[in-house]
Amino acid sequence: MTTSTTETLLPPTEKYTILGWIKRNLFNSIGDSILTIVAFLLTFVLLKSTLSWAFQEAEWTVIVDNLKLFMVGRYPAEELWRVWAVLYLLAGVIGFLWGAWVKGNERVGYVLIGMPIFLALLPFTMEVRLLILAVDLIGFLGVILGRRDNESFKKWSIIALLLYFPIGIMIIGGIGEGGLLPRVKPDLWGGLMLTILLAVIGIIFSFPIGVGLALGRQSDLPIITWFSVGFIELVRGVPLITILFMMDLMLPLFLPATIRIDSVMRAFVAITLFSAAYMAENVRGGLQSIPKGQYEAAHALGLSSFAAMAFIILPQALKAVIPILVSQFIGLLKDTTLVMILSLFDVLGIGKSVLGNPDYVGTSKEVYVFIAALFWVLSYGLSYASQRLETSLGVGER
Amino acid sequence: MSRKFFPVFALLIVLSMVLAACGGSAAPEAPAEESAAAEEAPAEEAVAEEAGETEGAAPAEGGSTLATVQERGYVICGGNASVPGFGFIDTEGNYSGFDIDFCKAVAAAVFGDAEKYEIRPLSSQERFTALQSGEIDTLIRNTTWTLSRDTDLGSNFTATTFYDGQGFIVRIADGISALEDLDGGTVCVQTGTTTEANLADVMAARGISYEPVVYEDVETGWTTYEEGRCDAYTTDKSGLVSRRTLLENPDDHMIMDETISKEPLGPVVRHGDDQWFDIVQWTVYATFFAEEHGITSANIDDMMAETQSPSEKKFFGTEGELGSFLGLDANWSYNVVSQVGSYSEIYDRNLGPDTKTFIPRGLNSLYTDGGLLYAPAWR
Repeated sequence: MTTSTTETLLPPTEKYTILGWIKRNLFNSIGDSILTIVAFLLTFVLLKSTLSWAFQEAEWTVIVDNLKLFMVGRYPAEELWRVWAVLYLLAGVIGFLWGAWVKGNERVGYVLIGMPIFLALLPFTMEVRLLILAVDLIGFLGVILGRRDNESFKKWSIIALLLYFPIGIMIIGGIGEGGLLPRVKPDLWGGLMLTILLAVIGIIFSFPIGVGLALGRQSDLPIITWFSVGFIELVRGVPLITILFMMDLMLPLFLPATIRIDSVMRAFVAITLFSAAYMAENVRGGLQSIPKGQYEAAHALGLSSFAAMAFIILPQALKAVIPILVSQFIGLLKDTTLVMILSLFDVLGIGKSVLGNPDYVGTSKEVYVFIAALFWVLSYGLSYASQRLETSLGVGER
Repeated sequence: MSRKFFPVFALLIVLSMVLAACGGSAAPEAPAEESAAAEEAPAEEAVAEEAGETEGAAPAEGGSTLATVQERGYVICGGNASVPGFGFIDTEGNYSGFDIDFCKAVAAAVFGDAEKYEIRPLSSQERFTALQSGEIDTLIRNTTWTLSRDTDLGSNFTATTFYDGQGFIVRIADGISALEDLDGGTVCVQTGTTTEANLADVMAARGISYEPVVYEDVETGWTTYEEGRCDAYTTDKSGLVSRRTLLENPDDHMIMDETISKEPLGPVVRHGDDQWFDIVQWTVYATFFAEEHGITSANIDDMMAETQSPSEKKFFGTEGELGSFLGLDANWSYNVVSQVGSYSEIYDRNLGPDTKTFIPRGLNSLYTDGGLLYAPAWR
């Protein structure tokens, strides 16, 4: 590209009046016009019946009355503050992370801040609305703290995020009898809280296992390779529902009578193992995408195999698979609804049992539409956030 | 490559065979061991022994369920969380319903406190495994008493709390009044239940051709029926009656007279623990007895003070030692009725005319009113 200087031309701009735009895009030919009219009619009919159902016929009281069930299941009411505490902690940690790491990217920030405000507009009691808005406040405090331009904060924010999960689970599950945090049996966990916990714990625990299996599969030691291949192919070869059934029906028959594993714990283990096998294959994809030159360069520098893997290969491989990991998480989030067959009250299970309440029989449309909307918001939010994360990490533009 | 992987496959095959062999032998052996152990140790000895040894463990291998329950401090019942009227979760997150009340009654009998219970919600597939493996103490979950379940599945049916039977609901406008009219039509039915099997049996026996439309859960089935995608919906009559009132125009639908099956529902316990069987069975009878004698949770204290009848005195625990035969307190049946109520109180609370799930009592009336409820003698 060593041509002589050329005049920089502005990209061609087209200016239309509104009518012009409509004519060009919607009624360009007879065929276009017919399509446009049919599409408009269809949209109108569908929207009209949907909206008139949503605003006139639907009895949303079933959602409002049972909101606590949908959110936390049978979690004892007097311990509910613990769930709020965990939520606030999350807001604080995310704010802190944001403040320390993210520069710019205002749009995602607005979306994050907008969510609690949107929720607060829904028909809750005033008290609940204030509690929801407090999430924003704490998030802001976190951002301000993180923005104090201190490099060590970057490290601390990651540590805070890692510590958050065990601490959060400890607050929800409780420790010991009595005291400030009495134990709340996992049987009582439920609703959206359980759905998210299952997915988050599943992905967090399956991450190290998955990375281990992926490395194991590439290992030169035959037993490790066989074990990894065997595990991955066995687990990937059966559907999640089969693993859950095995855990639920077969495990109690095989174990001695003195050992009882809680059904939530069984679900955690089943989901973690299942997700680990997929994680392993995803990470392997990342590992294989690293050019051989990287390995050779690392060895040429005199790094041991371990150091080369830990400091050169894995960081690049993991960065490359972030988008896949997020989509795996989204998939897992939706897969967790299968725990309904273990009679756990995840958000779908609790929906079914709400429909069993004689006061709300016949409101299945409302309940299922609400649950679908919840899942859509969560999944779309995650995928949106991950796209932004990819851009700011520069994934795909090495 | 293939040669390299041969050992892996060989190993996997050997492993899976070993596992299969273990699995095959372990499952059927468990109940046999259980009953043998229980027969060897007389109940009272077991109480003394087990109380010291087990630490909140389930009693799958011998031992007394009562001792385990007492040690644990609460009864665990297998229940249902999504059947209107029988077992569901209310807006506060508490279990409520007809079956749940009988679980409370067992808790009241054992502990003198009807709140010392826990419900383990179970799907219809996992309920018997949960009972067999000792995860629950008793199963009270709309379970039909059948010969195979009573014997082969290692469970014992204690008493019938609700007599039900399978029926059909149809649209009056369709002009269907007998089963024969359904020839060539479609029937909505819940899958994996005795209902589905009954339907197939009866239709085959009468030579009626029909197309089953199967659903996993009750509500979807009803929605489908309401949308007119099937000519009839079949389930237990209790379900038909209570759900019909919630259809958009209940008067457009009718329940056919035909009853094609017997569905006696009641609490189930594990094979091999006769003491626990007796406790659950007589807890149910205590609610029958109370209704027979007009005892309710409201008037029980007055009745106790005034009664001259020897069997009522024994019932209240002021005379005799019937409770000790069961391994319970003398006033166990008093606790059941004062805290949970008589059968009619339990019935009216969950399925009575004032509820949204009203089911006429029919067969579930006292024998004196033409029903089937009959408590054995209290002496």
